[in-house]
Amino acid sequence: MTEHQESVSGIILDESTTFSLDELSGACEVQVELIVALVEEGIIEPLESRSVEWQFPATQLPRARKAMHLYHDLELNLAGVALALELLDEVSELRSRLRQLESSF
Amino acid sequence: MEYKDYYQILGVERNATQDEIKRAYRKLARKYHPDVSKEADAEDRFKEMAEAYEVLKDPEKRAAYDQLGANWQGGQDFRPPPDWDAGFEFSGGFGGGAGADSFSDFFETLFGQRGGMGGMGGAGFRSRGEDHHARVLIDVEDAFHGTVRNLTLHAPEVDNQGHVRTRERSLNVRIPKGVRQGQHIRLSGQGHPGMGGGQAGDLYLEVDFKPHPLYRVEGRDLYLDLPLAPWEAALGARVKVPTPDGEVDMRIPPDSQSGRKLRLKGRGIPGKTPGDLYVTLNIVQPAADSDKAKAFYQKMAEEFDFNPRAGLGV
Repeated sequence: MTEHQESVSGIILDESTTFSLDELSGACEVQVELIVALVEEGIIEPLESRSVEWQFPATQLPRARKAMHLYHDLELNLAGVALALELLDEVSELRSRLRQLESSF
Repeated sequence: MEYKDYYQILGVERNATQDEIKRAYRKLARKYHPDVSKEADAEDRFKEMAEAYEVLKDPEKRAAYDQLGANWQGGQDFRPPPDWDAGFEFSGGFGGGAGADSFSDFFETLFGQRGGMGGMGGAGFRSRGEDHHARVLIDVEDAFHGTVRNLTLHAPEVDNQGHVRTRERSLNVRIPKGVRQGQHIRLSGQGHPGMGGGQAGDLYLEVDFKPHPLYRVEGRDLYLDLPLAPWEAALGARVKVPTPDGEVDMRIPPDSQSGRKLRLKGRGIPGKTPGDLYVTLNIVQPAADSDKAKAFYQKMAEEFDFNPRAGLGV
């Protein structure tokens, strides 16, 4: 149980960073096939779906991970995951509109 | 260590069927899943129930757990019996998932560690170390100036005797300026160490903002409610407005109404395209708590020919 102190910097994964299929599956801790299935279900989208080598904007990572959590933890199938994510997006949009409205009174 | 009452955590009887256990878990998981739930303690609750389900859904592990006897109470100080694990071999892999990165000491004493096999087992054959995911909570101000956070990470490590043990590692992480809510920061090579000389995995930090008493954050933009005196709103004024970067002067145009939104361009979260700060005006009147104040309001009522409800037709 040794402790040692390091100081490190990272990079923000914004729109300018991209992931290959392998990198995304590594970052999501799942097999490549499952990431392909997410694309086929329309849950995440590569930058150019017709390209031979898929590249994903790094902003898709949180979505892909969330999808995988729902898939494992709630034992949903991918169509159910897609529906849950769309509804969650809608809820968060409505919540943010509600906050906006509440704050202007 | 504390004894965990897995049946109580899932809210089922000790003689519940496997189907009942599954139903109870799914119902609770939908409610407390950290990606779905808004409950404050969702993550901890979910971790607990994922651990309980990991044991009770597997007849082998459940039988072993049941052997400890029914007299234990959740939270009671627990030592495993000396002959523990003589008769059991746990072959099933551990499922991965949100918040299930680490189970309790109680679990690990009984069933061993989850080891380096995460997710769907896809990474098991790779020699590269696993990526590590963690969440870091920062203040809105930190996104303006950057900050350094000290994180304590727990990583499984195989020692010379082949035992898996947890290594604690403390890391100072620089959170860069311009980071936004929900974004991930990647720290290359700061994940779990690789096996057999393989390179270490990466550390991913998900950034979450603490709720701020003044500002509401939407993406790059900030929102602030700005109280104004009636005369400031009516006559126009220059007022001081707080921003995470310090006070700025803002011109309030004459005849401003409550609810009017004004934009301070570029005063949101910094970046290549910095966000904006939106200020919503909120007119507040002084209390009529003295004769002088009352007389003044009385005079206003006489001087103004004003019906605020004209639009309602009354």
